[in-house]
Amino acid sequence: MAAVDTARSEPSRGFFLNDPVVRGVIYQIVTAVLVVGFAIWIIGNTAGNLAAQNKTTGFDFLWRTAGFDISFSLLPWSRSSYYWEAFLVGITNTLLVAFIGIVLATILGFTLGIARLSSNFIISRLATIYIETIRNIPLLLQLFFWYFAVLKAMPAVRESIALPFDMFINQRGIFVPRPIVDEQFGFVWIGVALAIAAVVVMRTWAKRRLEQTGKRFPVFLASVGLLLAIVAVTWLVSGASMVFEPPVLERFNFKGGLQLPPEFVALLFGLTIYTGAFIAETVRGGIQAVSKGQTEAAQSLGIREGDRLRLVIIPQAMRVIVPPLTSQYLNLTKNSSLGAAIGYPELVNVFAGTSLNQTGRAIECIALTMLVYLTFSLLTSLIMNWYNARVKLVER
Amino acid sequence: MTIDTAYVRTEMVSAQPAPRRTSGTWAWMRKNLFATPTDTVLTALGVIFLFWVIPPLYNFFVGHAVFPGGTVEDCRASPDGACWAYIGSEIEFFIYGFYPMAEYWRPNIVFALLAALIIPLLAPRVPFKRTNAVLFFVVFPIVSFILLNGLDIRVTEDSPLFGLLSGMGLLSTRFGLPEGTWLFMQYVPTEQWGGLLVTLIISVVGISLSLPMGILLALGRQSKLPIIKTLCIAFIELVRAVPLITVLFMASIMLPLFLPVGMSIDKFLRAIVGVTLFTSAYMAEVVRGGLQAIGRGQYEAASSLGLNYWKSMFFIVLPQALKHVIPGIVNNFISLFKDTSLVYIVGMKDLLEAVKTKNDALEWASASQSITGYAFAAIVFWTFCFSMSRYSMWVERRLDTGYKR
Repeated sequence: MAAVDTARSEPSRGFFLNDPVVRGVIYQIVTAVLVVGFAIWIIGNTAGNLAAQNKTTGFDFLWRTAGFDISFSLLPWSRSSYYWEAFLVGITNTLLVAFIGIVLATILGFTLGIARLSSNFIISRLATIYIETIRNIPLLLQLFFWYFAVLKAMPAVRESIALPFDMFINQRGIFVPRPIVDEQFGFVWIGVALAIAAVVVMRTWAKRRLEQTGKRFPVFLASVGLLLAIVAVTWLVSGASMVFEPPVLERFNFKGGLQLPPEFVALLFGLTIYTGAFIAETVRGGIQAVSKGQTEAAQSLGIREGDRLRLVIIPQAMRVIVPPLTSQYLNLTKNSSLGAAIGYPELVNVFAGTSLNQTGRAIECIALTMLVYLTFSLLTSLIMNWYNARVKLVER
Repeated sequence: MTIDTAYVRTEMVSAQPAPRRTSGTWAWMRKNLFATPTDTVLTALGVIFLFWVIPPLYNFFVGHAVFPGGTVEDCRASPDGACWAYIGSEIEFFIYGFYPMAEYWRPNIVFALLAALIIPLLAPRVPFKRTNAVLFFVVFPIVSFILLNGLDIRVTEDSPLFGLLSGMGLLSTRFGLPEGTWLFMQYVPTEQWGGLLVTLIISVVGISLSLPMGILLALGRQSKLPIIKTLCIAFIELVRAVPLITVLFMASIMLPLFLPVGMSIDKFLRAIVGVTLFTSAYMAEVVRGGLQAIGRGQYEAASSLGLNYWKSMFFIVLPQALKHVIPGIVNNFISLFKDTSLVYIVGMKDLLEAVKTKNDALEWASASQSITGYAFAAIVFWTFCFSMSRYSMWVERRLDTGYKR
């Protein structure tokens, strides 16, 4: 539209300000001047404010000792750790809860989404009620409910509620047995890797055979069999051992076992339940987007119901489901920042909260925090673009 | 020639009832509950689940609940029932926060105005939509700000207004005023606003600011002018990539730094700035979807009628584009409404924060206190969000021109 076509003789537009090209240039110059001026104004103000408060800037604080406690960390953490280590602890804690949450929410969401489309009246109504209730209540409220009203209201340590499999629940969280493995267990991990590789090879082979000869191979059963067999054999041959160390109630607290802090459990619960409802709607939309003709075509080919879903409907639905599904995953990751409100030490809590308060480096801390989320988001959209290009309908 | 028509029926057969297998309760159950063995098992599991869940829920909300009028002892005696008496006694705090009790008439007027303006705006048959929209989106925020914030008008006992205002109970007094002086519309700083009042005001202001801003951003992103386009894309993608909590942190900690030295910005304004910036980026993406769904022909038709850019956008393109994306826009409104629960970051006491504060209060301490509090907040939030989503579904059906595939 704005391209200047000098080859053709344009009719005279009269006054030059009426030329859309000139106007476009003027609009842009005005915008650019306004934005740059605004930026200079802000930077000047910030510098003035910082000088007035005697605050310094820069990222040198990252190499200073943090000196605060973090209640839950996968990485080694002590009071003498540095701020950059706090940053990493925050990121790993965010990723931990996001990863487990994504796995659980996907399972829950697909189950509910399919249940909502079920022809069974009770099942579809139950799924609908769940989805409509959960989606319309703020996540923060749900987190507060799980944390303050449920987990913090659990009995004290002495009166812990015993659950099956040596698990206990009390005010301080959930205590589960801790698996203890010996050195030989490395072989079992190698076995697992081998088994997964074998399954991948087998699936490729089965698919090729299906395409060439039309013969089916029980892929699922064979995969399970391969996994179990290879892992079991390596386990037995290597003589690895794994024992579960149960938590034992001592005078004041449990000893041994693995403690899942209530903050972690509440956040995981809240994120899974909330995002599960959204994923269910995504799944339902995707399945409904596959036209009825596909179902009818599959039926007229005599494909059984299970195969119809698996081979005809789901692959086409996935093309619709995956883009919004990834944005739900991204939402879950971003929503894990609400853990800050219930004291789960994730990135916002550790870095934009405690570290910022201690160092006073507001701009640096918030910028770094935002940068991490920006990276997550960019990585996800890169993967998404790759996937979209792969599953795109091939047209002439 | 006579034709033998003996085989032609001369009287109509009266309508027969449908076979029992295809209609009626029994057929419905066969079809929807017991179609296959798996279905039967699922139905049985569902019924067992209902029997397991409904009685405790009923007992909690109604059966064993202590209703307003009950005492804290009643609540303590019934730990598996809701303590609605607690909600009843704290309801004013949940609605108004720390707003002075003598001045409740001001938020009440704001609530009444809100209802009086929004209902005719949403009902399609009511005329004067444009006037109504201007009143709601421009006049209402200003009027309610003045009403809630106050004017601090001093009324002395010998002034002619005194009799009227004091008769209506609208005057209050404050320590430090000279004898015989009363205040009309006492100044109430935003720190004292709270509860549902704050939740509603932030949502309404956020909604009415973020939609126009989102439209402008979307138009900028679609624009052919490179600088404007780049700026809009950068803003939208940056804001959408980060969680709201960090945007609010920024609004609460960095916004004061951005202002000239010595100037401070109200907490309430910080919350509104944060929420609006955040939602407008999402709104822009929704509107962009609508713009992309409009065929090129519409743009060209508008140009050939001689309309300039803004006219063709506002009279031809946007009305169609926005209609396409009503569900998305309302979804954003719902998200915004739910997201207002995060404004505690900047120190506002919204509904959720008010409930959380009172849940720690000892005078109503009982086993079911905090569950009751959160259940109450959940019911309030759910009612608003659910009605918004139902309204959008209804509008969508109404605007459906039938041209969809």
